[in-house]
Amino acid sequence: MNILVCLKQTFDTEERIVVENGRVKEDGVKFIINPYDEYAVEEALRLKEEHGGEVTVVSVGPSRFEEAIRTALAMGADEGILADDPALFGDEYTVAKVLAAIIRQRPYDIILAGNQAIDDGSGQVAVRLAEELGIPHISTLTKLVVEGNQVTGYRDAEGDVEVVQGTLPVVVTAQQGLNDPRYPTLIGIRKASKKPITRVTAADLGLNPDDIRPRTKVVDTFLPKPKQAGKILQGELQDQVRELIQSLRTVDKVIG
Amino acid sequence: MAKNVLVLADVRRGKLRNVTFEMLGAAHRIADGGEVSIAILGHGVEALAEGLGAHGADRVFVVDAPELEHYTPDAHRKAFMECVRAANPDILLFAHSAVGKDLAPVIATRLGAGQVSDVVDIEGTGDSLTFTRPIYAGKAFTKVQVTEGKVVVTVRPNNLTPAEGDLGKAGQVEKLAVSFGPQDLATVVKEIVQKTTSGVDLTEAKIIVSGGRGVKSAEGFKPLYELAAVLGAAVGASRGACDAGYCDYALQIGQTGKVVTPDLYIACGISGAIQHLAGMSNSKVIVAINKDPEAPIFQVADYGIVGDLFEVVPMMTELLKKELA
Ligand SMILES: Cc1cc2nc3c(=O)[nH]c(=O)nc-3n(C[C@H](O)[C@H](O)[C@H](O)COP(=O)(O)OP(=O)(O)OC[C@H]3O[C@@H](n4cnc5c(N)ncnc54)[C@H](O)[C@@H]3O)c2cc1C
Ligand SMILES: Cc1cc2nc3c(=O)[nH]c(=O)nc-3n(C[C@H](O)[C@H](O)[C@H](O)COP(=O)(O)OP(=O)(O)OC[C@H]3O[C@@H](n4cnc5c(N)ncnc54)[C@H](O)[C@@H]3O)c2cc1C
Repeated sequence: MNILVCLKQTFDTEERIVVENGRVKEDGVKFIINPYDEYAVEEALRLKEEHGGEVTVVSVGPSRFEEAIRTALAMGADEGILADDPALFGDEYTVAKVLAAIIRQRPYDIILAGNQAIDDGSGQVAVRLAEELGIPHISTLTKLVVEGNQVTGYRDAEGDVEVVQGTLPVVVTAQQGLNDPRYPTLIGIRKASKKPITRVTAADLGLNPDDIRPRTKVVDTFLPKPKQAGKILQGELQDQVRELIQSLRTVDKVIG
Repeated sequence: MAKNVLVLADVRRGKLRNVTFEMLGAAHRIADGGEVSIAILGHGVEALAEGLGAHGADRVFVVDAPELEHYTPDAHRKAFMECVRAANPDILLFAHSAVGKDLAPVIATRLGAGQVSDVVDIEGTGDSLTFTRPIYAGKAFTKVQVTEGKVVVTVRPNNLTPAEGDLGKAGQVEKLAVSFGPQDLATVVKEIVQKTTSGVDLTEAKIIVSGGRGVKSAEGFKPLYELAAVLGAAVGASRGACDAGYCDYALQIGQTGKVVTPDLYIACGISGAIQHLAGMSNSKVIVAINKDPEAPIFQVADYGIVGDLFEVVPMMTELLKKELA
């Protein structure tokens, strides 16, 4: 089975965000595999263990993404492809087209992705990719079963579970709860350093940058207005509760 | 310049969610004199088409078919694209809900369009629209413009305002017949395991009383339900409480759960992990009740009570019962 995983490298979940000149600063930031993509990698490895085949990780992003791809290789993926040509960077429209161009050049049975990236978090790229490739998708899965050609996805729809059936090839996206991603082992890490990561450019993909130019532009990035420092109420518990309800009713006017 | 706007109605359990009216209100404002249409897709949904003129719809397209009973991307794409052909929109609005979130990128790709997701504010009209959306789990925001082509947007519920009063539009209902072939049924919903409890829809609630692992058991949620009853509030939960089996996942608030922006959010025994904050930090007023004074939830709280929720919550309920009587 040819299994592809779309992987984005993101800020570590706990990073503090600093905005300078209308941009989020990256200096000194710790990067991780987007957590939802980590579930996708884990699921891909389980599919490989069950059905045999190869797991290929595909990324569009700067050279720092290599570290995240290496981590996926250390978990057990077989090879990586990184489109690190700045001519290929852009918005979700662009990224989906680039991923599609990479993926069209190779055989695939199933493509796994995260349901969202924890940084830009548009939740668009994987769905757009499926549509670019003209194949179906099933998103926000908490369970995936592949038997022969048949795919069953348990989709989290606002807390309800929809059991959705389709056939390969398909794009599926991971929701939290899909699995518990493994940690890379020492042997895994050693092996990963020898696994191939292929870098591709616009020319390799036969893409004209103008044909994939972004449809959107970010005009400003800013931090939310700092909240007035919250008030930790003091005194006897009874009095705190009385003060709280008084404030909610008369100052904030959020209770009738 | 005038722009045509097409809204996808957000239907859940046979009802229009409030976000539908919020989108219509926004559509009316940004259309700048252009035509506002709404698409209602589903099975047995015709009755929902009535009266939408008051909310700003010039035209109401209904595609009613058994194939649309449950959401699947291909069948809904087919039906929605029929509405696109009929409405000829420049701007398309979807809810950032289970359905809208999934269908919008499908349509955007079909139309070769840019999409702005999870929008909490829209400035400008017609040609010059600027959208505000959260990034990094709500730790920052960006303002985004669409530079060319059609504009696809998903809208976070409870942020844009519906029209006030009757806009007196025609709300002309037009039924569209769509036939579905095998290629439109590439995926099918075999079964739905409904876990959602009855009661107020979390994304629409004005007040939410939310419990975390600190609630300690399913039983422990009882005082929260009692407080919610007095307040006319909905009950929510952290992932911690869901994972521990104290409540079902339908109540989960956060990055992988629902994103809510009520007027009042009361967090009981919730530590305030970033993934939880992603789902509630935009609430107007946040109250935190936690026995650990160092809990990060206090950093986003407007009011904090350091104490045992099993003492504090019943006290609140008693006092409110008296005051609101
Ligand atoms: C170096 C760099 C330059 C950028 N330049 C621009 C720019 O010029 N204009 C602009 O608007 N935005 C730019 N961005 C932001 C970029 O457009 C978004 O990060 C990207 O479109 C993905 O969108 P998202 O994060 O919302 O992903 P989502 O749609 O939330 O991601 C869903 C899933 O899609 C997959 N996925 C997403 N992104 C990638 C990726 N890059 N590679 C592989 N798989 C992926 C993952 O599986 C992910 O879980 C830039 C980002 C980077 C890193
Ligand atoms: C990819 C990913 C996605 C996630 N998505 C979500 C999400 O959508 N939503 C979400 O909530 N989490 C999410 N999480 C999990 C998140 O990281 C936290 O683990 C979770 O929010 C913790 O839940 P909690 O605050 O209830 O539990 P804890 O962190 O255990 O906090 C319990 C709190 O209760 C307090 N407490 C205990 N007893 C009492 C008492 N008697 N009275 C008052 N206070 C008391 C304690 O002091 C403590 O602060 C996600 C995690 C990951 C990795």
